[in-house]
Amino acid sequence: MQTKVENNKAWFLVLPVFIIVAFSAIIPLMTVVNYSVQDIFDQNTSYFVGAEWFKQVMLDSRLHDALIRQFLFSLTILLIEIPLGIGVALMMPTKGKSASLCLILVAIPLLIPWNVVGTIWQIFGREDIGLFGAFMSTIGVDYNYASDPFDAWATVVLMDVWHWTPLVALLCYSGLRAIPEVYYQAARIDQASRWAVFRYIQLPKLTNVLIIGVLLRFMDSFMIYTEPFVLTGGGPGSSTTFLSQALVQQAIGQFDLGPAAAFSLVYFLIILLVCWVFYTTIMNMQKDK
Amino acid sequence: MAWMSWTLPTALFFIGIGVILVGMTAWQIASPCVERRGFLPLDTTRGDRLFIGLLSSAFIHLAFVALTDANLMVATVLCAIWMIILMRWG
Amino acid sequence: MTQSSTTHDSKPSAAKYGTAETIQAPVYSHAERKARNATRRSRLGMVLYLVLLLLPIYWLLNMSFKTNTEILSGLSFFPENFTLENYAKIFGDPTWYMGYINSTLYVVMNMVISLLVALPAAYAFSRYRFVGDKHMFFWLLSNRMAPPAVFLLPFFQLYSSVGLFDTHIAVALAHCLFNVPLAVWILEGFMSGVPREIDETAYIDGYSFPKFFVRIFIPLIRSGIGVTAFFCFMFSWVELLLARTLTSVEAKPIAAIMTRTVSASGMDWGLLAAAGVLTIIPGMLVIYFVRNHVAKGFALGRV
Repeated sequence: MQTKVENNKAWFLVLPVFIIVAFSAIIPLMTVVNYSVQDIFDQNTSYFVGAEWFKQVMLDSRLHDALIRQFLFSLTILLIEIPLGIGVALMMPTKGKSASLCLILVAIPLLIPWNVVGTIWQIFGREDIGLFGAFMSTIGVDYNYASDPFDAWATVVLMDVWHWTPLVALLCYSGLRAIPEVYYQAARIDQASRWAVFRYIQLPKLTNVLIIGVLLRFMDSFMIYTEPFVLTGGGPGSSTTFLSQALVQQAIGQFDLGPAAAFSLVYFLIILLVCWVFYTTIMNMQKDK
Repeated sequence: MAWMSWTLPTALFFIGIGVILVGMTAWQIASPCVERRGFLPLDTTRGDRLFIGLLSSAFIHLAFVALTDANLMVATVLCAIWMIILMRWG
Repeated sequence: MTQSSTTHDSKPSAAKYGTAETIQAPVYSHAERKARNATRRSRLGMVLYLVLLLLPIYWLLNMSFKTNTEILSGLSFFPENFTLENYAKIFGDPTWYMGYINSTLYVVMNMVISLLVALPAAYAFSRYRFVGDKHMFFWLLSNRMAPPAVFLLPFFQLYSSVGLFDTHIAVALAHCLFNVPLAVWILEGFMSGVPREIDETAYIDGYSFPKFFVRIFIPLIRSGIGVTAFFCFMFSWVELLLARTLTSVEAKPIAAIMTRTVSASGMDWGLLAAAGVLTIIPGMLVIYFVRNHVAKGFALGRV
């Protein structure tokens, strides 16, 4: 950090990135702000309504439900994926061909297009043609993700765990590889228990990657759209309608530009806040190192 | 530009943000800022405090809209005071 | 580090006191047995996890080789009447295979644009301090994190107004929203690993910046560029919402075409499965080359 040179000409190197991202981020964002304060009928007819849409959005119970559902979902998958990911990382072989093979196999779900992930589970969970659905009915569980809200929830969570636990596992695996062998030797000489090794050697080394893992999983689960859209379509009812889907329904489905824009901004502000908290944490940790 | 459906208040808002950013840049070049710690529990530069101020102002406005029927200008004035406190002592 | 070096030093002293070792010997073997049991358990756990992980994918693959009548007639782990009919249908119908070509086109465009703009920017972030650098970096990150749904609303109008709607470049540019920040973050991570002395030596040797960058620096971070390209490819490939919104006919991605399998006569499950399998293949082909850097890529270069 100290070795960086002060040089404002570096801005010229960053300029292309700035322009290209600004085109896709700042112009749309400005437009969203414009929409959010107007009642728009068509290109030429619109009325300034001030903060009315914001009031409507902030008091809309459907959106409150979607927000609560969203937080619940993000927390659930974090609580499952983080410990599970650590566990998988600890089990992964460390050397040789089997290590490479494991890395590749574990990474496969991450490389599947999100709508195909939805499709896979749509098929897998069906009682008539899917293995999982058939298995559930064989052991006598009344399971149907298309009609029962709880089953739909469980399937969406299961799908996300299946899809994204590999990410946490890969991060932790690379964190574990960074621990020098001498640490383990020292622990062996002290006859430390497996738990002590994990608690005092491995976990401290994992904090860094875990923060990144939590950041990525929280953010990505907070914008989840495609997978539940394909799997349940937000249903049954609206039991698996998360924020992004509620927004898309309002913007594309009902074409309520004003309220949808206000909703977008509230959504964006929440993301910005969480993102900033994580960013500050990560940067401060790097500074401490 | 028509599809962006500009209005006077939003145009003023973005011009304001733009002016602040340009001003902050000029200020930074004229007299570079050192990180310091005020009442916020972390080391901040001027730019950080500006960002924290703007973000918290946005949330204050939202809370105001949701919870009260009072004029939004009240919230804006409150936020201006909050910004000054934050920039000076944050 | 100090702790570990002391244990190293204590080794010869333990050898000196031979008696201590003989006493400890059985304890060691007990610990070793425990360790061996632990490895066996973890290997078993790993195999179990992998089986559960791959089962849904296998099911999709299995279905893609079946006819629809067989799919609906019951469950089986292997296709009884092995058929390539589903795949033949995809490769024989331009409305199907053009979806793959469209997706590939915009993904490659996006990859090239992202790398070209991100390389110099990442260099700037890894080497220099400049006004607003941290805020810029954060702004980039926030764009990676922001839900595409938030920007979706005006995207349609934006790209229509510049006459790019339903073109490949429109989707490529839209995906830059999250791929350029991603590329900058990953590349910055790799570039920070290259010692500054190399830059300085090159400048002293009379290299200009562009010459140094292309001749010396880029070869040094080859693997980083490969990984970044892979991740740009990946994240553009898996995205559906923006790609679907910005296209209608000409540049329609495969993901959007897959919805066509729903028809009046019900779902064409076999065809859907085959199309799904074909979308997984590109990722599987290239993951091998980046296997050692996968974690770094997914962690935005921060591991």
